[in-house]
Amino acid sequence: MAAPTTLPSALADAVRDESSLRRFLHGLPGVDQVGVEQRAAGLGTRSIKKAAKLHAIDLAISMVDLTTLEGADTPGKVRGLAAKARRPDPDRPDVPKVAAVCVYPDMVKTAADELRGTGIGVASVATAFPSGRSTMDVKLADTRFAVEQGASEVDMVIDRGAFLSGRYGQVFEEIVEVKRACGDAHLKVILETGELVTYDNVRRASWLALLAGGDFIKTSTGKVQPAATLPVTHVMLQAVRDWKTQTGELRGVKPAGGIRSTKDAIKYLVAVHEVAGPEWLDPHLFRFGASTLLNDLLMQRRTQLDGHYSGPDYVTVD
Amino acid sequence: MWEYAPAPESRDIANLKPAYRMFVDGQFVEGSGEPLKTINPGTEEVLAEVSTASKSDVDTAVKAARRAYDRVWSKMPGSERAKYIYRIARQIQERGRELAVLESLDNGKPIKESRDVDVPTAAAHFFYHAGWADKLGYAGYGPDPKPLGVAGQVIPWNFPLLMAAWKIAPALACGNTVVLKPAETTPLTALVLADIIAQCDLPPGVVNIIPGAGDIGAALVEHDGVDKVAFTGSTEVGKTIQRQLAGTNKKLTLELGGKAANVVFDDAPLDQAVEGIVNGIFFNQGHVCCAGSRLLVQESIADELLEKLHARVSTLRVGDPLDKNTDVGAINSREQLARITELTESGEAEGAQRWTSSCPLPDKGFYFAPTVFSGVSQAMRIAREEIFGPVLSVLTFRTPDEAVAKANNTPYGLSAGVWTEKGSRILWMAQRMRAGVVWSNTFNRFDPTAPFGGYQESGFGREGGRTGLEAYLDV
Repeated sequence: MAAPTTLPSALADAVRDESSLRRFLHGLPGVDQVGVEQRAAGLGTRSIKKAAKLHAIDLAISMVDLTTLEGADTPGKVRGLAAKARRPDPDRPDVPKVAAVCVYPDMVKTAADELRGTGIGVASVATAFPSGRSTMDVKLADTRFAVEQGASEVDMVIDRGAFLSGRYGQVFEEIVEVKRACGDAHLKVILETGELVTYDNVRRASWLALLAGGDFIKTSTGKVQPAATLPVTHVMLQAVRDWKTQTGELRGVKPAGGIRSTKDAIKYLVAVHEVAGPEWLDPHLFRFGASTLLNDLLMQRRTQLDGHYSGPDYVTVD
Repeated sequence: MWEYAPAPESRDIANLKPAYRMFVDGQFVEGSGEPLKTINPGTEEVLAEVSTASKSDVDTAVKAARRAYDRVWSKMPGSERAKYIYRIARQIQERGRELAVLESLDNGKPIKESRDVDVPTAAAHFFYHAGWADKLGYAGYGPDPKPLGVAGQVIPWNFPLLMAAWKIAPALACGNTVVLKPAETTPLTALVLADIIAQCDLPPGVVNIIPGAGDIGAALVEHDGVDKVAFTGSTEVGKTIQRQLAGTNKKLTLELGGKAANVVFDDAPLDQAVEGIVNGIFFNQGHVCCAGSRLLVQESIADELLEKLHARVSTLRVGDPLDKNTDVGAINSREQLARITELTESGEAEGAQRWTSSCPLPDKGFYFAPTVFSGVSQAMRIAREEIFGPVLSVLTFRTPDEAVAKANNTPYGLSAGVWTEKGSRILWMAQRMRAGVVWSNTFNRFDPTAPFGGYQESGFGREGGRTGLEAYLDV
């Protein structure tokens, strides 16, 4: 197996062959379910008010991967979303832009045309999203197509079947191959934690994706319930923190699916701040995969600035 | 940088009054002792003046409790007693915010703990014991176990309301009446509990609450009219009480100090173990008799664990107890702060490596930054004496046998923790560790259904659960 980056010797050994990888992943410390859920609930009681809240809202807006992943997507829908991404709140030009727009590969060109020169990324799901049930050739072709069309970020899915049956080497190789096919595009690796179920699996899959060169680890496709949860995100934040301790490299985390309210988003930011560390409070290292979250953030932002709640008719629906 | 804005809970919620009086025979009355001023350890400001009992007031209170016992409470069917106790539980919930804010003001503990732990657990104790009141025949002490009479109870300052609940709820459920002395530095929530008890229309004298210093506690426990003594506090005072009571017919339970070992094996869930260690020693500023103050970590993972622990402890927010984001509040008193400071200095002098969080501390009030000592040996004072503050001593071990030997190498024996993913090892350790409570893969969890109490110098008797009823029944 070929490691994509130069790893410290302890980690380079982990990816030498399939059995080394297996030993490494199974040697990771376990995750105690009760403990991690208690910690997530405890941090969830942080009270973020006033200037800290306004800062968090703007930060969260700048971290949104504004997403549409529907069979019914059309160029019109994607253009609307791109417009929203550029100016989330047309009445308030000081609102930050979102981080990226996330679409299916065939919509990438439309999105890229709309977003050229704005600094907003175009993220495309790929690799037979959301199930990942296809051949390697198809997955790679899917990735290449997305990048050719102008995607600056690729959100791939791992083969959960292979992972759950213990074929870690296969999952690793797929990520390495997709990373290569991405070229300069950033790779986010979707673990689909709702199908991995246990926190031990989440930790192993996180390390697997980091070892294989994923720039981000992402919780979910949004097509499986449960999608992102706070404790799962805690485990993944701990993984990128441990990764930094061992390698000095910063990798990102993206919870996706089910984060709809400002209140929830702030709980995630508190976890980023206190579990991973303040340096992860950056759109390059933390994203929200969301569609409806943005409007709630905008409404809460107005509430903070105006001193009263305005309501959903005052934000744009695209 | 993202700084959390101050998020203080409003102190108006505490409904703080300038003066509080003691509660005897169903009335709030002026005590004839010297009034005490209780202060906010977070700011050192005076909160209120509290009247205290004299020895004659103790006598009055015990006689009131005796009358209430003879005439009403011991004769009342359990199902009727239960109604009163349920009412108290519901009132604690109703006034939960008031109690939580008042507790944080008077004690210095962070509002998130008084709000999420102390007050709900206090209510839970009343709910749980209310359920027992009419089922005592099924508790395993015979078909119709009898109460003891008047219980004299003396409680500490670390969980003022919760300890009052631990003491009063089982006493009432079993049919006893109560004279309770709260701690000198933290009398306020117990007196609000007295107000709740008055509002719940408990017959006069069933519960009496008399603030005062140690001499009043001593007068209470040695009073001839008291049939049962329950004390939670220092081992030193516990020993004195036991001497005083020797040769009398009084039944005694003591819940005293501790120096708990928190044992982390190399196969432990590390990140959660770190959380458990932090919760074990920094919960309630370490003012916890069952605090996990000795961390025993397997040597092969000691460096990795310590690195994670330092990083985690650095994120603890120390400061204003009323701020909802405060993790570690104020040390309860100047005396306690001096004791903690003295013991930590001894740790340095004896050669342990001190690491202290660089968190900012407020200018006023009693605060102590979370501190971790590594390279600690069993011979050092910080490994043997109860510090009762946010100071952790880290020791290492090589084998399970050594872990057990070191864990048990203390005159105390209140609690212990085991961290391992191996179920069989949890059971193996739990059988061998001489501690009243052994937590596995968690720490400092309290529930009214679980008996709590210690071995050796940590005291005797159990509180909570079916077992805890024994202390208040004539069996």
